[in-house]
Amino acid sequence: MSKVIVVTSGKGGVGKTTSTAAIGAALAATGQTVAVVDFDVGLRNLDLVMGAERRVVYDLINVVQGVAKLPQALIRDKRIDTLSLLPASQTRDKDALTEEGVARVIKELRAKFDWVICDSPAGIERGATLAMRYADTAIIVTNPEVSSVRDSDRIIGLLDSKTEKAEKGERVEKHILITRYDAARAARGEMLNIKDVLDILSLPLLGIVPESEDVLRASNLGSPVTLNDPASAPARAYRDAASRLKGQDLPMTIPSDRKGFLDKLFGRRAA
Amino acid sequence: MSLLNLFRRRGSAPVARERLQILLSHERAVRGQSDLLTKLKDEILAVVAKHVNVEHDQVQVTLDRGEKVSLLEINVEVPNSVGALAAAQ
Repeated sequence: MSKVIVVTSGKGGVGKTTSTAAIGAALAATGQTVAVVDFDVGLRNLDLVMGAERRVVYDLINVVQGVAKLPQALIRDKRIDTLSLLPASQTRDKDALTEEGVARVIKELRAKFDWVICDSPAGIERGATLAMRYADTAIIVTNPEVSSVRDSDRIIGLLDSKTEKAEKGERVEKHILITRYDAARAARGEMLNIKDVLDILSLPLLGIVPESEDVLRASNLGSPVTLNDPASAPARAYRDAASRLKGQDLPMTIPSDRKGFLDKLFGRRAA
Repeated sequence: MSLLNLFRRRGSAPVARERLQILLSHERAVRGQSDLLTKLKDEILAVVAKHVNVEHDQVQVTLDRGEKVSLLEINVEVPNSVGALAAAQ
């Protein structure tokens, strides 16, 4: 049975696109079929983070408007053949997305893929509400910082009222993914800790992704962090998050980049 | 100063946590309905305006959202001539 996930946050720059790419690639690496869909019409970036920016021909709007068929617009990943990307349009306006059009595309994607992961734009307007509209599950990406937590709370309210599930009296399954976490600063009381964030938002935790330079390196290279450096701390965090989405019960850890003496001696490979 | 700052810098997270808890308890309460305090303000001013000619720049509205109670303060300047007028009637 296929599952539609929205990766959302309200606030911009918290790591939605990075998380979409990393979790999508991690799920696809287990052999299941995954489509990652960019809903950020006008400001597409998932193609860039996935390293597919030069292969975009058609986009989500073209498919919504019937200009292109879905298989024509899907871009198959060169590294993992079970992973596909449906890019957003860079030139159009988000008003080109219609509710009926999006419903039709999501239905078609459901029939083809085990997982459909929708990368929401920031904000709470049309693009964001359409990205969450048909979701079964939501991943709310939150930084341990006041404005991000507040915006997450707002988005949770929208997930409980504006989605198709909510209107049918059902519930969208919701998870918090904490990104850019600095365990040392949280321990010193300089940053909201995991418990603070979860107490305030009252939702289960999907994973903790530590602040890491590996994330920027991966996006520089156009490769999801889970593929670019599978042994890195953020890659391990995202892989665990993907396993939890599949229903596995893993102990919650904060992966760390701190290397032991031997690792330092033998360089990155030893990690 | 620098030593004081060193102490102060520890533990800004508890402050963040408390501010968020207070703010979100309000934002959740008004979610889906129009803001009660805004409605109160508008209706109180409408009642006052029925009897007194209220200049909008002579109205001060302050709001302090606390954890348990919020304080809505409305100060309306009523010209003395109005009081005299009412007494004469």
